[in-house]
Amino acid sequence: MSTQIEQQETEEQEQETEVESPGDRRRAQKREREAKRQAQRETEEATLDDEETVLLKVFRYDPEVEGKQEPRFDDFRVPFHKGMTVLDALIYARDTYDSSLTFRHSCRQAVCGSDALFINGRQRLGCKTQMADLESPVRIEPLPHQEVIKDLVVDMEHFYDQMHAVEPYFDADELPEDGLEEQRQSRENREKVKMSTRCIWCGACMSSCNIAAGDNKYLGPAAINKAYRFAMDEREGENRKHERLRIIEQEHGVWRCQTQFSCTEVCPKDIPLTEHIQELKREAVKNNLKFW
Amino acid sequence: MSQSFNRGTVEDFGRWREFSAGMWAWIFHKFTGWVLVGYLFTHIAVLSTSLGGDELYTSTLQGLEALLVVRFLEVGLLAVAVFHILNGVRLLMVDLGVGLEAQDKSFYASMVLTGAITVASIPTFLGGPLA
Repeated sequence: MSTQIEQQETEEQEQETEVESPGDRRRAQKREREAKRQAQRETEEATLDDEETVLLKVFRYDPEVEGKQEPRFDDFRVPFHKGMTVLDALIYARDTYDSSLTFRHSCRQAVCGSDALFINGRQRLGCKTQMADLESPVRIEPLPHQEVIKDLVVDMEHFYDQMHAVEPYFDADELPEDGLEEQRQSRENREKVKMSTRCIWCGACMSSCNIAAGDNKYLGPAAINKAYRFAMDEREGENRKHERLRIIEQEHGVWRCQTQFSCTEVCPKDIPLTEHIQELKREAVKNNLKFW
Repeated sequence: MSQSFNRGTVEDFGRWREFSAGMWAWIFHKFTGWVLVGYLFTHIAVLSTSLGGDELYTSTLQGLEALLVVRFLEVGLLAVAVFHILNGVRLLMVDLGVGLEAQDKSFYASMVLTGAITVASIPTFLGGPLA
């Protein structure tokens, strides 16, 4: 550090005789902005003293910046207002204190499934979790069992691979003759698959599942739930259903589930995941049992 | 993305303070299962002394029953077996898709029942005189 300061001084001495370069001007402006920002931050933190605040402890990690490669927790004190969600608090912290704080978010209404986080020891959606419901300090970490790319951002590739592995699209055996007619579903059948259609691909269930943590080939609750959604859809026909059951009845399919109910408990859309997995297990058995 | 941070197995498998009912049921079921497998071997070893004649079998059992540790182990064995049975019934219901919404309650119920039965068994196991 000390050597750097000396260097700067000698540079300044040399430049005294020279005209001020554009670079110097920019540097001076930058220093000024930095000082202003620092002052602003200090005043803002000072004014927080007579306001109701919440304390966030946020997991920080950045492999690309030296000095941030060692994971650590940063504290952020954020003014609290009624109805504030964890995502609101994170956005405030990022916009006010540290613009390098990184997390995924998009719709802010529990539809896009971007901001599944590990909040106070549980997988939750940041935008769906009220600050008022949490114990302070609120500890925010990236989802466990997925690798951390930066701060609260985890690598979702494996999760998406598992989701695609069950062929999550409607694919009926027989299409209507002209191909344009509506393919109607009975009300009863719609009710049956209703809950399973609510999945938003947030990955909370996969992250909470112990078996998925130990067995990377395990399809995971979300993917099996997707398979359920289509296997139970009566419009697809018997052949397609058998094909779907063949995918999920393999060694690393439904049979890995050991009914810990972790996924059902953390699902932000309240999908009864374990129930669906169990039903598919029974379907798989029925598919293979022959009594003659 | 040049590299990513791997948090290791402890993080992968979660922290025990944050486990829920279903998770505890799973852990206890595994644990009691392994204890029962272990007991099976000692059980066979003790029973096989009968191959050496009536005398040997009787003296082995009497010798074991005279040890206070064995009495306590028997209480533990009963607790383990009872929990495994009750949770096994619970898992059977889960497999059949019956009462999945009440799975945590049935776990607590099996814990309470196990405790009650274990406490009730103490006079029987520890009561007799240590010959």
